[in-house]
Amino acid sequence: MKKKILWRPILIILTIVLAFIFFLPNTPVFQYMPEWWKDTMPAKGMVLGLDLQGGLHLVFEVEGDRAVEITTERYVSTIKDTLVKKKLSADVSRSGLNISINPSTPEIRKAIEDNYPTLAPVEVGGKLEYRLSDSEVKRIKDNAVDQALETIRNRIDQFGVAEPTIVRQAENEIVIQLPGVKDPKRAIELIGKTALLEFKLVDDEAQVAAQLSSVLLPGEEENFLRQFAGKIPGDDEILFERRVNRETGAVMKIPILLKKQAVLTGDLLNEAKVSIDTRFNEPYVSLSFNATGAKIFEEVTGAHVKKRLAIILDNTVYSAPVIQEKIAGGDAQITGRFTMEEAKDLSIVLRSGALPAPMKMLQNVTVGPSLGRDSIEAGKIAGIIATIAVAGFMIFYYRLSGLIADVALIFNIILLLGAMASLNATLTLPGIAGIILAIGMAVDSNVLMFERMRDELRAGKTPRAAVDSGYSKAFWTIFDSHVTTLITAAVLFQFGTGPIKGFAVTLSLGVAINLFTALVGTKTVFDIINRRSEIKKLSI
Amino acid sequence: MIELIKNPNIDFLGKRYIAFVLSGILSILGIIAIIQIARGSANLGIDFAGGTSIQLKFEKPVVLHDIRLALEGGGLKEFDLQDLPAENKVLIRMKKTEEELGRVAESITMILSQKFSDNRYVVDSTTVIGPKVGGKLRVNAARATAVAVIGLLIYVAFRFQLRFGVGATIATFHDVLAVLGVFFIMGKEINLILVTALLTIAGYSLTDTVVVFDRIRENLKLKQREDVMAVMNRSINEVLSRTIITSTTVLLASLALFFFGGEVIHDFSLAMIMGVIVGTYSSVFVASPIVLLWGGKRPFAKK
Repeated sequence: MKKKILWRPILIILTIVLAFIFFLPNTPVFQYMPEWWKDTMPAKGMVLGLDLQGGLHLVFEVEGDRAVEITTERYVSTIKDTLVKKKLSADVSRSGLNISINPSTPEIRKAIEDNYPTLAPVEVGGKLEYRLSDSEVKRIKDNAVDQALETIRNRIDQFGVAEPTIVRQAENEIVIQLPGVKDPKRAIELIGKTALLEFKLVDDEAQVAAQLSSVLLPGEEENFLRQFAGKIPGDDEILFERRVNRETGAVMKIPILLKKQAVLTGDLLNEAKVSIDTRFNEPYVSLSFNATGAKIFEEVTGAHVKKRLAIILDNTVYSAPVIQEKIAGGDAQITGRFTMEEAKDLSIVLRSGALPAPMKMLQNVTVGPSLGRDSIEAGKIAGIIATIAVAGFMIFYYRLSGLIADVALIFNIILLLGAMASLNATLTLPGIAGIILAIGMAVDSNVLMFERMRDELRAGKTPRAAVDSGYSKAFWTIFDSHVTTLITAAVLFQFGTGPIKGFAVTLSLGVAINLFTALVGTKTVFDIINRRSEIKKLSI
Repeated sequence: MIELIKNPNIDFLGKRYIAFVLSGILSILGIIAIIQIARGSANLGIDFAGGTSIQLKFEKPVVLHDIRLALEGGGLKEFDLQDLPAENKVLIRMKKTEEELGRVAESITMILSQKFSDNRYVVDSTTVIGPKVGGKLRVNAARATAVAVIGLLIYVAFRFQLRFGVGATIATFHDVLAVLGVFFIMGKEINLILVTALLTIAGYSLTDTVVVFDRIRENLKLKQREDVMAVMNRSINEVLSRTIITSTTVLLASLALFFFGGEVIHDFSLAMIMGVIVGTYSSVFVASPIVLLWGGKRPFAKK
């Protein structure tokens, strides 16, 4: 009997000490600990969820269809090249995700099918067209998400966020968590910007170009485009230059007729950095191309002296200067009345490259730091009050036995916090609610035992016998009632998002630990009391 | 020894028809709530419906009407306002923003910064949820509830007998429906946090049921000749004080959360309070009568 009792207090004390060690990093005491302690002992503890420390939770959808469209467009131009090389003349154009080739003579068909195994022929209204094969479409979409993930990671690294989480979810979604970000709007813009940089030649020679010269207000663009639909050459498009009045800050839109085909794109960039224009003391972004890019830039500028070259970012023209002479070396710049921050962010997105396809924001949960702090404070107060209320009630109702249950309750809370810290679990606001509910549930097991002991005492058993059979008979009731709560907690964990997962974790840990303290903890105390001599009366 | 009720002898099962009427009304409320949620006409939170919500904390007290006028003047329509005057907080919600997610939040903050230039504010939180996500979450929540209930049914049926499993499951459903129904009637927001509370209630309400069932099983095995209804009634009376006390402790914790836990989990705690009370009632007045009404041969009879 004696031996059997001894291992239990040791086990209990050991777990309590362990819990303290694990939980220490979450307390202010940790910073005063000696260096060797900080180096060798657990130093991470619980992690605060976004709802408690403030931050951003974003979900984006990568528009994979757009990536397929972009790739198809690229195919159109390479097919044109291939046909020219083979001295075959045909009209190649894209309609939706299909490529139509007119005429489709057997030679042309053979040339396409030999050179482009990823294209599959389709019949559209009796005409032969081509489209990317299903497996290729799938690969492109998949690739687009991976690439977007990589690009976003790059951007956030350069933006500087401590411990960001960037993961892929489902087929085409990206989840981004940025704890403690102070300027959420800026972060969202930085992540969501496609950042497709293009250089296109301005088509001032087309007849329609002269009619375009007008100044529009923001919002009038669509009407303007409708007016000119069908009047512009097939290889051209109209984009708008955004101009800001230096004095008034008013925004104007100036339509420009451009050659659709970009002569140079941002993927050939070598570096993008912020520089200051000394004339207006205004920041701009200076670009330098890699060797290939510089060569193309030199060729293009050489071939089109006295013509205009537009610098376009995400379909907005930033400037369209006249090429004065051939430009060697591959340097260019983007100006546009940026603030320092805007210029810095623009250089980040250009450096980390364009997204393979635009992204659509599905979800944005932003929590300011003050709300999180308030929530933690409220949670602490509610926790303390709940503990006092429950503990007080137990002493009032069960006297000395209630006190023993309260000691177990305190152990319970310590172990729960320790377990959370040892798992580096994320504490969320619903998680705090879970801890507080667990406090209320923790004494339930003791209530069930005590009531059972009372039954046994009423039946005329001695206190020691009452304690023993109280424990053994209440065991399965306690077990069953805990398992039911664990089942729902498991379901919540499976289905819940961040904060609710946090609730499931604290609740299930709380319930599991409660089983331990109730069945090992309080029993030990009763046994120790009972050990020396048979007590006459049980304070219950 | 302090005792809640000394040797209670209440004919619980005899009052089952009164209980059935009450429970029926509560359950029907809950079913109406579910139908309305499915039709989209309940007060769905933006996590289920999609939309934008912004919580602002002003430096000085604000009048909701002024904010309404300011936002309407800025061209916004169909928004809900709610305030926490004690902390100068205002919650603005707009549902079903199909396009340009994030733009709504931006225009709200822009309008208010202009109109309330003498009363500055900080953005406590912004939540923007696309309609697609909302739909997915709604399906997930329904599926989670179904999985939880089936899991509980299987466990109780395995530990006791099928009829006990069915009784416990119906009682659990009843509790969830009752709380959902009351929330619906009160016009409270139906959101993810409420679903979390409902699932927790489902798990916890079984605690009481298990306690009652345990004693019924024990007594049925012991007293093979006694009338089943009498055994059940006596069992419920025997464990009455402990079911009340276990619920009381959780109720105390929930009350602490309700009064001191902060605004974000206010409704969660309210649901828990209701759930604990309904859960205790249902183990006595719903779960047990169903076991009794099951008919067939005597449960736990010795062969």
